Amino acid sequence: MTTPKFVGVETEYGIVVDGPTGVNPVLASSLVVGAYRAVGAEDVGWDHTDESPLRDARGGPEPAPDDPVMGDEIGLANTVLTNGARFYVDHAHPEYATPECSNARDLVIWDKAGERILADAASRAATKLPPGSRVLIHKNNTDGKGAAYGTHENYLVPRSVPFGQLTRQLLPFFVSRLLFVGSGRLGSELAADVSFQLSQRADFFEVEVGLETTLKRPLMNTRDEPHADPERYRRLHVINGDANLCEVATFLKVGTMLLLLDVIEDGGLTSPPELARPVEAFHTVSHDLTGRVALPLAEGGDITPLQIQRHYLDAARRHVKDRDAPPDPLTEEVLARWESVLVTAEDDPRRLAGQVDWATKLELLESYRARHGLDWDSDRLKMLDLQYHDVRRDKGLYHRLVSRGRIERLVTDAEVDEAVHTPPTDTRAWFRGECIRRFRSQVVAAGWDSLILDVGRESLQRVPMMEPGRGTKAQLGALLDEVGSAAELLDRLTE
Amino acid sequence: MSESGQRRERGPSEREPEEEVEHEEAAGSETAAAARDVIDDVDELLDEIDDVLEENAEEFVRGYVQKGGQ
Repeated sequence: MTTPKFVGVETEYGIVVDGPTGVNPVLASSLVVGAYRAVGAEDVGWDHTDESPLRDARGGPEPAPDDPVMGDEIGLANTVLTNGARFYVDHAHPEYATPECSNARDLVIWDKAGERILADAASRAATKLPPGSRVLIHKNNTDGKGAAYGTHENYLVPRSVPFGQLTRQLLPFFVSRLLFVGSGRLGSELAADVSFQLSQRADFFEVEVGLETTLKRPLMNTRDEPHADPERYRRLHVINGDANLCEVATFLKVGTMLLLLDVIEDGGLTSPPELARPVEAFHTVSHDLTGRVALPLAEGGDITPLQIQRHYLDAARRHVKDRDAPPDPLTEEVLARWESVLVTAEDDPRRLAGQVDWATKLELLESYRARHGLDWDSDRLKMLDLQYHDVRRDKGLYHRLVSRGRIERLVTDAEVDEAVHTPPTDTRAWFRGECIRRFRSQVVAAGWDSLILDVGRESLQRVPMMEPGRGTKAQLGALLDEVGSAAELLDRLTE
Repeated sequence: MSESGQRRERGPSEREPEEEVEHEEAAGSETAAAARDVIDDVDELLDEIDDVLEENAEEFVRGYVQKGGQ
């Protein structure tokens, strides 16, 4: 029996202000976040008490707080939403961190809700700028000019699973999953002769394992800040993925990881292939569009990305088959879609258009290029590459493809619309979001693992939320309906 | 398709859409009709992209500079 897994994804969105006056990106990002929270709402701040981003999963002393690898941006716009998400400014980008989700489908819904929130916030922010200004937001990871910004997956893993084991067993998976995780881009930071590649971010990774996220980016990040009981849990902070617009891509990115973490916890992942040079292989896979490029193995010989994926899918299937209980429908869906994507890719990875972002974008680029006789380095193709990620539903090219029925959907617009305002019901995000909705004026600050209330007593009251699976609607729904105030809630919780 | 990835001298496209049309039309009237539907659909899509794509692509692309993040 494995422990329940939880996942949240943080996305730093690209931002640009187009208009008569220049606006620096930090200010623009603050305007966007501020514009959203300002509507009929008092600020709900962020509780930094338990934050320790420099804690390293490999152990050893924590780096000094003034270590330059992390910018301390406390004081910038930073808020918590009724859907349980955190919406704030990070590294000169507006960042949306989904609420904790218990499964991949929910993650898709609350990740998509983030796109709507950003689009809405950007249009509100534009009204605060001189006439003629536009604030454009892109769910991408690079400007194509040497800057990269992140989309980080966060998984809660039992502390009993050694970090070294996670690294060893997941590196080949990270390298090969670009086939469905990549959002595609024109050009390369590393190779002048690459005109299109699978991943937005791959070229920016330089080392196998490390704590940093903004330079010398590691395939396996060691930030060990579980935002939960650290005795019981560790955090797996996966920074090597792309921001996805395709729902199938997000679903698989997260669904395969949740499943593999169960397999690893149960010891079901025996001897995955060990790559000779994982970072180099990561770049190679991104620069290849066939899934069949040969990657050298540590023990000699080589293996293709598709073969690596088969190894992991087989292990996951074995694990599910050997479990006592029949798989839940979502696990079955992850397995079926994973298999289907690999079968399609084994035929021709470009046929993944409509399911994964890189193939969808490449098909669009090729059609558009053929119609207008454009060179691969033309500005119009670069514009198309960029505008694919535009979050506006009337202008973003991904969204235009959706409206033409060319993208496979997994969730409904109604579900996404609801998730803009409401939290998932089966994680502690429910308690966070509902408290903000019901008692906003008394919620002074919230964090992933705490809520700080001001109920007019001598001191502020802090409600710890160290278990991501506690604080669900099933557990606390009746209680929240019964209490008439935050003070009464506190009394009942501490009875 | 090269095993070694996409090279600029050729670009990712080895398949010209025109060739695809001829090929599919030769395959029979049913597939030809289906192919025409697909082509019409793609044409409409590309028309729409021409409509919504930023007009000053060169300027916009040049001005799109982001601060590095995580």
